[in-house]
Amino acid sequence: MSLKEKVCPTIDAAVADIPDGATIMFGGFGGAGFPNNLIQGLARQGARNLGVISNNCGTGEGELGILFKNKQIRSVVAAFPGPGAKYFQEQFDAGEIVLELVPQGILCERMRAHGAGIPAFFSPVGVGTEIGRGKEEREIRGKRYILEQALGADYAFIRAQRADHMGNLIYRKAARNFNPIMATAAKFTIVEVEEIVATGQLDPETIVTPSIFVDRIVQAPGKRYV
Amino acid sequence: MSRARLTREQIAERAAMELPDGVYVNLGWGIPNLIAAYVPSNISVYFHSENGILGMGPRAKPGEEDFDLVDAMKVPVTLLPGGAYFSQDDAHVMTRGGHLDICILGGLQVSERGDLANWRVPGTKGAGGIGGAMDISVGAQKLIVTMEHTAKDGLPKIVKTCTYPLTAIECVDTIITDLAVIDVTAEGLVLREVAPGFTPAEVQAVTEPKLRHAASVPVMPSKLR
Repeated sequence: MSLKEKVCPTIDAAVADIPDGATIMFGGFGGAGFPNNLIQGLARQGARNLGVISNNCGTGEGELGILFKNKQIRSVVAAFPGPGAKYFQEQFDAGEIVLELVPQGILCERMRAHGAGIPAFFSPVGVGTEIGRGKEEREIRGKRYILEQALGADYAFIRAQRADHMGNLIYRKAARNFNPIMATAAKFTIVEVEEIVATGQLDPETIVTPSIFVDRIVQAPGKRYV
Repeated sequence: MSRARLTREQIAERAAMELPDGVYVNLGWGIPNLIAAYVPSNISVYFHSENGILGMGPRAKPGEEDFDLVDAMKVPVTLLPGGAYFSQDDAHVMTRGGHLDICILGGLQVSERGDLANWRVPGTKGAGGIGGAMDISVGAQKLIVTMEHTAKDGLPKIVKTCTYPLTAIECVDTIITDLAVIDVTAEGLVLREVAPGFTPAEVQAVTEPKLRHAASVPVMPSKLR
């Protein structure tokens, strides 16, 4: 085995080296596909002053909520913080958190661009709205577009159903959502999975995230809803 | 009862009549979320959800929920035969890329040019949230807005210029309310139908921009009473 070992023994070991001030992408949408075990691990680990990129900002203490409750987050890029994001909303109203609100598909595309080596791109979304304010605008073939910047991060915390030891990933149903995109857009991707199988056991035709995008794998059984 | 405005269910029922057989459709929050129940049984409509589902079926029955299969409102749903899962970026390739035939969203204000405001009421507390509405509004081949015709304070929601933060400009094709069906055209707003018991003049009185209409305006059909 010359392969660099990516499988990490515990959740706490998987997040032990996250420094204060790190920027972290978190997968998940609508309760599905959140790396809840890694989030809980990060809450125990206690890194602070974090910059977070996530579709939403938790539900009560659930999902990202615990990190807001612990005041570990300084800034957020999100599409829909959410009415249930109690601790985020309190800190936002108190002016303690910086929020960049981004249309959901543009949040995806900015990350995808970063992962693909595209520094910026023209987009029709937000033209003539407050999202377009202050951004370079250009007319292309008779239509108005705004320039959107690629979005990367130090880490991605994601969740998948199954990994092999190389880090090839398969997701389950709508729990896929942002996870594969974030894996491409971060310098270092940590995935929690329901099951780790031997390399070669995943059908190569069905792999969604190839191993090149995954740096650390940790088994986190979590709750299964089958 | 002929003077009662339509219910939210009746607005949804009327909006469902705008869906031809075989279309790919995204439904937003609020009244649009009620529409799937009124799609006629003799046509097939394929519902898209921006978290990566095409061919989304009805809500899961109690006891059969799978929380890895939820819609954009976190509600456990089902997948119909022929359905597919994909990532959020592919979901928005479909929205922004113009691949969805019809999208139906809720609205706070619509202007006579078809500008839509639907994500934030000025002066409210909190951060607000855009979600997928901007991508959907920009990319939909046809965008229908369903909403009450007037705000809680009685003021028109169909206005000359939106005063609320915009979702997208010049994007709305048709507005379906509890009083009327209105098309946004290059010549301005055209009153296509009125709710039972109401006259075009009464609809005009609660609509800020000028409504054009034929001498006789048909009544909005409804089986729900």
